[in-house]
Amino acid sequence: MSNKDNWKIWEVFIRSRNGLSHKHVGSLHAPDADMAIKNARDVYTRRSEGISIWVVPSDEITASNPEENEPLFTPADDKVYRHPTFYDIPDEIGHM
Amino acid sequence: MQKELLQYTLRLGDNALILGQRLGEWCGHGPVLEQDIALSNIALDQLGQARMLLQYAAEIKGGDYTEDKLAFHRDITEYHNLLLLELENGDWAKTIARQFLFDTFNYFQYSALLESKDDTIRAIAQKAIKEITYHAQWSAEWVIRLGDGTEESHKRMKDAINDLWEWTGEMFMADEIDTKMLEAGIGADLGNIKTLWDEKVAQILAMATLKLPTDDWAQTGGKQGEHTEYMGFLLAEMQHLPRMYPEAQW
Repeated sequence: MSNKDNWKIWEVFIRSRNGLSHKHVGSLHAPDADMAIKNARDVYTRRSEGISIWVVPSDEITASNPEENEPLFTPADDKVYRHPTFYDIPDEIGHM
Repeated sequence: MQKELLQYTLRLGDNALILGQRLGEWCGHGPVLEQDIALSNIALDQLGQARMLLQYAAEIKGGDYTEDKLAFHRDITEYHNLLLLELENGDWAKTIARQFLFDTFNYFQYSALLESKDDTIRAIAQKAIKEITYHAQWSAEWVIRLGDGTEESHKRMKDAINDLWEWTGEMFMADEIDTKMLEAGIGADLGNIKTLWDEKVAQILAMATLKLPTDDWAQTGGKQGEHTEYMGFLLAEMQHLPRMYPEAQW
């Protein structure tokens, strides 16, 4: 398998049931999108984990820079009023 | 009629069992992790189908027969699988070629069995057809990828299809049991399946830039219990534990 380099990495997102959003579950190798979907089906949905699959080439993802964590994230830490912890959410609402 | 139904069920069950056993040999040896898992999944699907069919065969046979007894305590001449399925795996191309040639047949066969007048076979077909549809798509895609791939992959795929071709004719040769089951509305019409299979295989091989072999000489015997030299080794590996320790528990 000298051509293994052709198999790029894909990030896999699975929707476990209607009403929920797709969640990142992991990554895998595949030469193209079609096989990435099939591989994701075989690797990540064998135990009825999902009803919909998204695959995205890993190199298409833009990630935040860990070095900027302070300016990006810490200002939110002391703003408790942004958390809706003062409300009771009725059970019927389910996932928010 | 019970005798023919039993034979027919064993043929279906043994096809699934023996192919499942062969594919299981790839577990841990696939060319990449993802395909190792894909093939192991297919192997497990085949074993699941084998279980349902051998349970039914045991029920028809009666007495103290069980699926396990049928799977592990029959001798070579009592197996009724197609010869194609007991052949050694060879390289990835050969495993894919065997899978594609059989999956395509099996897809049309189980599509026909959805109309079977036998309630159990019809119910098994309804469950199995979803798996088989996926297998057939998966293996056809691989044939196209390898055939229409690099010079090396094209050559390997071409060799694999050519090598296996003489083992495909057996799938369509109806003997007395096939004929009786067809007349009873239980079995599939192999003549129809052959027409559909020819068309599909020609289409996929064309997409894979591979030539359709034209030689129609066929190796036969598996369905009637006459097997290749490879079958004995396969059974030895599959059966040695339950035969040596009949009371062994998982």
